[in-house]
Formats: sequence, structure tokens, C-alpha cells
Amino acid sequence: MKTTLSKKVRVLVFSGYGLNCEEEARYGFELAGADAEIVHINDVIDGKVKLEKYQILAFPGGFAYGDDTGSGKAYANRVKNHLSKPLQKFIKEKKLIIGICNGFQILTQIGLLPGALTFNESNRYSDRWVDMEVEGTSPWLKGIKKLSAPIGHGEGRYVADADTLLNLKKKNEVALRYVKGETANYQDLPANPNGATENIAGVLSHEGRVFGLMPHPDRALFTTNLPHWPILKDRSKRSGEIFPQYGAGLQIFKNGVDYFNN
Amino acid sequence: MVIRIDVTPTILDARAEVKLKAFRALTGSAVTKVHIVDSYLIDAKLSPRQVSQVAHALTNSVTEASTVGRSVPQKFDWAIEVGFLPGVTDNVGTTTEQTVEDITKRSFKAGEKVYSLQVFFIEGELSRAHVEKIVASLHNPLIQSARVYDASLKGRKTLTSIPRVELTSSSRVLEVDLEVSDEELLTIGTHGIKNEDGTHRGPLALDLDALHAIRNYFRRLRRSPTDVELEALAQTWSEHCKHTIFANPIDSISEGIYKKYIKGATAKIRAKKGKKDFCVSVFKDNAGGIIFDEKYVVTHKVETHNSPSALDPFGGAITGIVGVNRDTLGFGLGAKPVANVYGFCFAFPEDTRKLYRDKNLTQEMLPPKRIAEGVIQGINAGGNQSGIPTPNGFMLFDDSYRGKPLVFAGTVGLIPKKNGKRILYEKKAKSGDYIVMVGGRVGLDGIHGATFSSVSLDSGSPATAVQIGDAITQKKFSDAICKEARDLNLYNSITDNGAGGLSSSVAEMARESNGCRVDLEKVPLKYPGLQPWQIWISESQERMTLSVPKGKWKAFSNLMKRRGVEATIIGEFTHSGRCVVTYQKKSVMDLKLEFLHDGLPKKQMQSKKPEWVFEEPKLTEPQDFSNQVLSLLSRHNIASHEFLARQFDHEVQGGSVIKPVQGAGRVTGDAGVFRPLLSSNRGVVLSNGITPYYANLDPYKMATASIDTAIRDAIAVGATLDHLAILDNFCWASSNEPERLWQLKESARACYDLATLYGTPFISGKDSMFNDFKGYDEDGDFLKISILPTLLVSTLGVIQNVGKAISIDVKNAGDSVYVLGETHDELGGSEYYRMLGSKIGGEVPVVDGKKNMKLYRAFTKAGELGLVASAISVGRGGLAVALARMSMAGKQGLDVNLSDIGGDAKRVDSILFSESQGRIALTVAPENVEKFEHIFAGIVFHNVGTVTDTGKIAIACSKHHSVHFSVERALQSYRSTFKKW
Repeated sequence: MKTTLSKKVRVLVFSGYGLNCEEEARYGFELAGADAEIVHINDVIDGKVKLEKYQILAFPGGFAYGDDTGSGKAYANRVKNHLSKPLQKFIKEKKLIIGICNGFQILTQIGLLPGALTFNESNRYSDRWVDMEVEGTSPWLKGIKKLSAPIGHGEGRYVADADTLLNLKKKNEVALRYVKGETANYQDLPANPNGATENIAGVLSHEGRVFGLMPHPDRALFTTNLPHWPILKDRSKRSGEIFPQYGAGLQIFKNGVDYFNN
Repeated sequence: MVIRIDVTPTILDARAEVKLKAFRALTGSAVTKVHIVDSYLIDAKLSPRQVSQVAHALTNSVTEASTVGRSVPQKFDWAIEVGFLPGVTDNVGTTTEQTVEDITKRSFKAGEKVYSLQVFFIEGELSRAHVEKIVASLHNPLIQSARVYDASLKGRKTLTSIPRVELTSSSRVLEVDLEVSDEELLTIGTHGIKNEDGTHRGPLALDLDALHAIRNYFRRLRRSPTDVELEALAQTWSEHCKHTIFANPIDSISEGIYKKYIKGATAKIRAKKGKKDFCVSVFKDNAGGIIFDEKYVVTHKVETHNSPSALDPFGGAITGIVGVNRDTLGFGLGAKPVANVYGFCFAFPEDTRKLYRDKNLTQEMLPPKRIAEGVIQGINAGGNQSGIPTPNGFMLFDDSYRGKPLVFAGTVGLIPKKNGKRILYEKKAKSGDYIVMVGGRVGLDGIHGATFSSVSLDSGSPATAVQIGDAITQKKFSDAICKEARDLNLYNSITDNGAGGLSSSVAEMARESNGCRVDLEKVPLKYPGLQPWQIWISESQERMTLSVPKGKWKAFSNLMKRRGVEATIIGEFTHSGRCVVTYQKKSVMDLKLEFLHDGLPKKQMQSKKPEWVFEEPKLTEPQDFSNQVLSLLSRHNIASHEFLARQFDHEVQGGSVIKPVQGAGRVTGDAGVFRPLLSSNRGVVLSNGITPYYANLDPYKMATASIDTAIRDAIAVGATLDHLAILDNFCWASSNEPERLWQLKESARACYDLATLYGTPFISGKDSMFNDFKGYDEDGDFLKISILPTLLVSTLGVIQNVGKAISIDVKNAGDSVYVLGETHDELGGSEYYRMLGSKIGGEVPVVDGKKNMKLYRAFTKAGELGLVASAISVGRGGLAVALARMSMAGKQGLDVNLSDIGGDAKRVDSILFSESQGRIALTVAPENVEKFEHIFAGIVFHNVGTVTDTGKIAIACSKHHSVHFSVERALQSYRSTFKKW
């Protein structure tokens, strides 16, 4: 038993100061077969927990510092002030990092991902499902062409200057773009939920190993999370098919874990 | 020296664009441009290098630029600077302090602080009146200041002032002489203790009987009470804390209606259920708890925050929601909040009449629209920032909520039954444990009508009695407690600091150990200068009180420090039988716990049946009811509330199943289902029932309708009567009037009758008895506005498999449409009558519990077997609205005939719009029809038609009457009312 445990990919999911999606992010990694731990950032700063023990770092969603002074800013400052070196080392060792929603905002504020996230066009918090098409190349996105997941944010409009955008495209680092797909068609909602530049929902850096996205794959782990699951289930029942338990969001977590297993 | 850092957006600022639209609407499009600057005023010593580091840290270089000193754009006509009044919680300021501390590697000293401001630079040819309108829309003068500058600000860039709190008075404890005339005693009771300068401190709300009891107690001690003691007694004995109206004897009910009807119902149900009893902890803790599964308990509690929300809607609502989160955290040894619910009763947003609190017409009440917007924002901020999903809620409108809105906020929690051998849903402070206060600091916020002299740099603005929530401070200790300290076994008891502050939380926990001793000077303060009585009763937010064994203090304290949470020992629990409070070693309070908790004399109340007559309208029946149905769909109480669902996160924590809006047509549902534990397929069902429009016609029937609605909504989504608990929230008006008491008694009696019949125990409840507004209209005429007697019933249900939950959207053309239950001539108080005019009399729906129970059980069975494709509880607006909602949700047509529907409804309008209880409309796939009908043998049900692919809703009622319109047309009407919200 012990040997199988030690073989598991180790994931550190950050918490503290108002991050709040650490449990569902951990659950996603656990379903994917990883040994995932929630660690308060202060325990890393105090040296109680070392980043080097882990293969994946996850900055989950939330409202770190209540978005005061700008989303992700204060938490990013804390990371920059205390964890710059171990983080650089982590990246150099070709390990994986993911930032979801507030985590994505933090990664851009740290400077690990290009561009920035600012107030939604409506200047209002928005909770809905979105559909995305995969564009970039990344271990996180292997085998995924499209993906639907919920968003829940007030500052999710991706912006970047022309050079950055050009560079992103050149390096194949636009991870995801909002499109009018399954859920947006079903609910008759616009593809782009926040006015993001060029419909960008997520970006990559460091050859795709660092990945940030506004939508939440951690809220799409079950098929019953889908806004249209009742009708999907009804249809599979009528056609005698089995309705799957797990949702499309899980593949992101699986990809992260599989990157180390293969 | 105050350092000012201004941060300016360098890209298109969505905030400014949205404000531009709002300002143009206010000024007849006179505003042409808006530019927003965020300012940080740092009242601390920093080196120039540090200042530039801080400025850098506050700026996102992709989207913002910063300046040290005031930033003024090239062009503007007006500038409005909005900041907080002295002493008001400034969350952005606090976060900035932490950023500055992290950069400078030193902590802020006492008196050092960061204050945040927003500056709105406006271009346009504006009149002074325009500017004033904009200013009024930007701030609430109870908590914020707004300074207006014209373009000359350019030349006066250095101008900066900060809202520093400076209290000058020295701390003193007064003795209050109660050996005075009854008249003088009453003055103390209604206006408060007299300060040395002759002013009164604000109402103690103690009546003569209570004051006599206190005087007698102190006569025996041969001394006068201190102000600390009197204030503490007033808090503990308040209606808010003691629920005297529910507890006192009324007519021949000597034990009071709470014990007889509410608690009594639960006791009877539990006894009858025996081994099937699912209650775990009811009516004794901060929330009620029932079994979730073998390992977990799920809790629920619903609070009201009405008065604070009338004055400061945002602050009132956010403190309401984070406050009830703390009730969850204070259940047992700390449950984790897993869902929030909300409920709003507002006046119509179109109502622009002005109301004033004073005769001189200087204190204007906020208009209904402003209240609604502020409350919605508060629930948005509180829930979203805390990472708690909001799967269910409601919003209701009536003129009677014009004086006081009702704001309900509830939280569901999850807690393991045990940690090792320790039972987690029980707690007991032990004598010798430290009394520990955790979270925010104590200030003057939330003290009853507190006024105090406070001097900022340039004005003497008074600090405020209104509180602002700080969700993040709370989130930090919430995580540290229920995700870490609890499972490390570091404390013996915990409770929330809510109403009455420390005086209430400590004295409540002291009952567990039978005594306490508190050193008030140890309580950490937001600013110096508070009086001992103020420290003791302040309701400053985001605090919990814990009892920590001495041997565990070090571990506890270390953990809190590492999580950025302030924790302070403020005393010790004892077994002296007394509540002893000292301040700088002098005793300021020494009361027997028994007297503190049980000394309030009982008071016999009398009720009287009112003789009110309500006329029923006399109507002619048109042949075509299409327009009536379409109009009903756009009524405030029925129309789409999707805009709420979009801004109250219901996906966080990853367990959403049945969402607030459902189907392709995005129709607001009645119940929510979610998975609180991701590793389990079990789900929690939440719904609510609220039918105040029946209350004045028949309070008994109103209460049964509220319960039946809540339960029916839950059943229709898949809940079972075998695992369903309910909560009561009574919001009443003028509860000292015998007629109102009669209504209350009748409603409570109804609660007992129906809850015991259904076997759905009450597990928690709360009441708010005086929701009246006494003020003046625009002409200075006195005005009293009392709310409708309002009973909110909330459900908490557990289902085995979330995959079996049922949504409201019709699924497939060709499916059969059924109506379960009977439709009677019951239009009294209906949405239909209310739409037609002021006459709302007539028969109020009667709940036939026995019939309904059979029907609900059969429905649950059909749901379990997967025979129900879609279902909706028939409620407000009747069958016509329910069928239209199902059809709109599925974006498919319906072809139904209601001419033979069961029940005694004969008129077409009552068939369509009667709000008869106990009905569910549903659809069944053709292959399941036979099985389905077999299950319902012996129960009233009617196959009324089919789902169609025509895109049209067609309802025939008799040969001559019908309803027909397209689904698209229905959706248009349904979405029109709140389109711009």
C-alpha cells in the first residue's frame, strides 16, 4: 500500500487569505489519482512545507483579500515577497502550475502569465456556464478540443497589449477561447461572458506548463454540474444509454497528473 | 504625514463605463465622461523607497498607473471623492495595510492606518442639482463621506484629509440610581442611561416590570447597578435575544406559543418517528442539525436583518449573511458553511414617494430601489467573497415593506458527527478554560444608537451605529477553526458574537461551565477610548468566542497567528455561578447567572380576534385569458429573477445540481439541490414558502400555505417527507397589539398542526416582532407602515442520489402533462386578485394535509422510479403560471385542457389562477404513463394534455375560454420586468 502511495503524483493546492476553491480543486486532483494536499501559504513561507516535494502547484479560485486593491494583487504580492526563489526553481524543474479564476489572476499579477484580468464589461460578478475551444499546446490540454465549465467572477476580462497578444499566438500560448458551444447554445447566452480580448479564457507560458484560466474545471467534475444535465440524462434514459458520473472538467486534472505518470 | 497613492486605469475601465451610463440616466445625459481613481491614504511613516515599493505593489502595470500624491486628469468638470466616515470598517484599507506590512516587514503601530477612497472625475455641463443627484447615488451618508470639488482642484493637489477616529473622553463606569420614580425609571428604559452631560445613551428597551425586577435584585445587594450591568441586562433581556413574545404566556397557553407549538411539534414528531428520527441537535444551538449520512450532520439556520438593511442596505445585508455564517460556525464545535440562502421582501422599486424618519423632514429614508440594490450587493459580496454557494432564495414585493424591508439570510453547514471519540455536534465550556476572542477588533460600530465625539482631520463627523461586514477577516478564522483547530481538538466550546456582542456570547457560554470572569481591558480595540460598557456590548462584526483549555492555548494561539487571525485571552470560565467583569482590576459587573438569564419577569399577554372585512372583487370573465397570463408572468413576484442567480455564485464548492435558473429558457426554479460532500452522491434540498398575502385574511391558512408551499417545492424537486426538516422565521408588526398577537397565535397553531401531520420537524427558528415604520410623509404628516404578518418557512431535506433530482423544464414533445391535486375556488389574496386591484378578499387556500401527504409520498415514489420527466410545484399565479413556467423552461409548447381538473373550481379564472395548495404539475414520458398512473391510484390526478413541438402554449378551460401564445412571447413578458437590473 505504501509503495503505491509514494508513487502518486503530489499536488500542492494553495489556501489562505480568502482563497476558497481549494477543496474542489483537491478533489479534482484526487479523482485524477494524485496525492493532493491543501497547504496554507503561510506554512510554505514559514518553511513548514517545501515546494520541492511537489510536482504540481495549484492556485485555486477564491477571493483572496476580498479582491481589495484589485483581484489577485495582494496574494501575488505575498508570493512575490516570500516565495519568488522556490517558485522559479519549481518552474525550472519543468513541473506544472495551474491557476483557476482567482488563481489565474494571481499568476498574472505575479508575472508568471502574460496579460491581466480586469473588471467584466458589465462591471458585475457573473455566474454562468461557458464553452471553450482549445487552441494552445500544453500538457494540461492534451486530447481536449472543447470544454464547458462555469465561471464565477467579477474581474475576468482578459486584456493584453498588441505585442503580448501577438507573442501568445506565435508561441501557441492562447490556451482557450470562449465560443458559443453546447451550454451557451442551450441557454441562449453570448459566447464571451466578460468582454475578454479576442475571447481569451485562458493562457499558457513556459511551454504550456503554466496554465491559467477563468472558468472552473473544478466545478465541472460531475455531469450533474451541467446546466442541462436533466435533459441529457432524460435523453440517455430514453435511448437506453448510461449517463456518465464524471464531467468534462476532470480531464484537465487527469492531464496534469498523467504528465508525470507517462 | 499622510502619504497618498493614487491608482489610475490605463485601459478602458468597465467600472467607469457603467457609472457613465448611470450618471447619464440621472442627469438627462449631461455627463459625457467618467474617470475613476482609487486612492490609498497611508497614515504611517515610510521611506521614499518603501513608498515607491508600495505604489508598485498596488499597481497592475498592464492595466493601471500610479502616482504618489493626488492624480488629477487633464480634463474634468467635477470631482467627487468618496471615503468612509471615521470608525467605519474599511476593507480595502485593511488589505493595503497588510501589503504595506509585508513590504516593510514591520507591523503597523497603534494609530497607524491606511484609508481608502474612490475619486470620480466627471466631464459634462452639469448643474449643481445634477451634481447633488450623482453624489447621492454614490454614497450613503450614514457610513460614507463625499467631498465635491470643481475644476479648481487642479491647483490644490495637496489637499488630503483622513477619517481618523479620535476619542477623547476618559473611561468611566457610572452607577445608575434606580431608586427613583416610575416615571424616571421609564425614561431610563426608553431613552437609556443618562450621561453626565445630561444626554441619554439610547434605548435599553426595558419596561417597568423589568426595571422593577432589576431594582429589587440590587436592593437585596444594597447597591446600585453599574452602567455595564444595566446595559448587559438590557441586551440579555431584549426581545431580540429572549424572544419574549414567543416565550411569554398568552391567553390560556401558559408555556407560551414557542414551547407549545414550535418546540412542541418537534418533540411530538421525534417521539413518533422513534428510530427514524433524523434530528440531531434542535433548538439548543446556533443552528439546527439533522442527519446527513452515517458520518455527517447537516445544519441550517435562517436569520433576519431587517432594521440595519433599511438604513444601510449593503451593510445590513452583508452583515446579515456573514453573521448567519458565524451561526453555522458556532454550531457544535464548528460546522463548515456549505450553502447560503436569501429572502427579500421589498417595496416596489417604482415607488418614488419620499418618507422621513423625523418630523423636520431631514432624515430621508432610502427609496425602495436603492434599498433593493444595496441589499442585493450585500448578499453578493458576503456570499461570494466567503466562497459559499447560494442555491436558493426568493424576492417578494409589497407596499407594506416600504418602511422596513425584510432581509432573510440563511446558511447550511456540514459537520462530521465525531472526531475520534469526540462528538462534534455538542460542546461544553469547562471551568478553568480561557475565554478567547477571535477575529476582528471591537469598536463603536453596532452600539445601540451610539453617538460619540470623534474628530477627523477636518470634520467632526460622528462614527456610526451601522456596521460593514468584512468577509475576508471572517473567512480567515472560519477556515482556521472549522478546517484546522476543530479537528486538532483545541477548544471545548464556541459561539458567535452577534447581537449583544461579548455580553451575550460570554454569558451564554458561561451557562455551560456555570460562571465566567472577564477582564475588559484585555479586549483588543479598533481605537482607544471606548467605555467599559461599550466594549462589553459592542456588536463589531467578525468575532467568535471560544473556550480554550489552558494546556491547549499555546497550540491554539500559534495556529491562529500562522493563519493571520487575531486571538486574545479575555478571561476565564469559572463555576462560581456568577458573571464577573472587571476593568483595570475594578469590578464593573457581578451578577448571578441565574438572574442574568432567568430574571426577566414573565408577562401575561392577551390576544383578540380582529374583525376585519376584506371585499372580494366582482369580475366578468373574458373569453381569452392570454393577456392576463402574460401580465401575471411579468409581475414582480413571478417574473424572472435570473439577474440574482447570475450574481450570487451557486457553483462554488463544486456541488451544484439543481440551479436557481433551470432549463433552456432559464426560468427561476423554486428549490435548489446541491452536493455538500463531493465524495458522496447524497444531496441537500433547499426551498422556501412565504405567503404573506393571505395573512390578514386568515393567518392560520396563511401559515399552513407557507409550510405546504415550502414542502411541496422540496418534494417536487425530489425530496422525501422521510428526511425533511423545516425552519420558521416569523416577521411580525406591532406585536403589542392584541389583534397581531391573535394572528401570531393562529399562525403558530397552524405550524404545529401541519408539521406534526407531515412529520417535518422544526429544527431552528427566529422571530422579529416589530417591523413597523413610524415616520412622516412629504407633507410632514405622521405615517405608520406595518409589514404584512410574514412567515417564512425554509426546508432542509436530504436525498440519497442527486442524479434523481427533478427539474422544472418539460423534456420531450409527446410527453403527457399531469396535474396532481385539486383546484378549488381559492383566489383570496392571490397574485391574480392583486394584479387586478386592491380588492383581495375571498377564500384563502385551505391545506388538506392528509390528502397532500398521500400525494407527496406517491410523487416521491414515482420520482425514485425515474418516472417523472419534469415537475413544478403549483404556487403563486396558479396553474396557468406553473404550466407556462415549465413550458418556458423547456422551450417547448404545451397543449392542455383544464376543463375537467378536479376540485370545486368552477369559474375559469379560478381554474387558471387559484392558488390551491397541494398541487404539482408534471410531465411523464409515454412509456412510463401506465406505471405512473398505477402509483397514483386513489389519488386525485388528471392527465391534461401533452408537450408539443409547436412552440405554443395552448390552454383550453372550457368550450369558450382559452389561453394561447407562443413560448417566445411568454419568455419576453417573463423577462421584461427585471431586464435592466
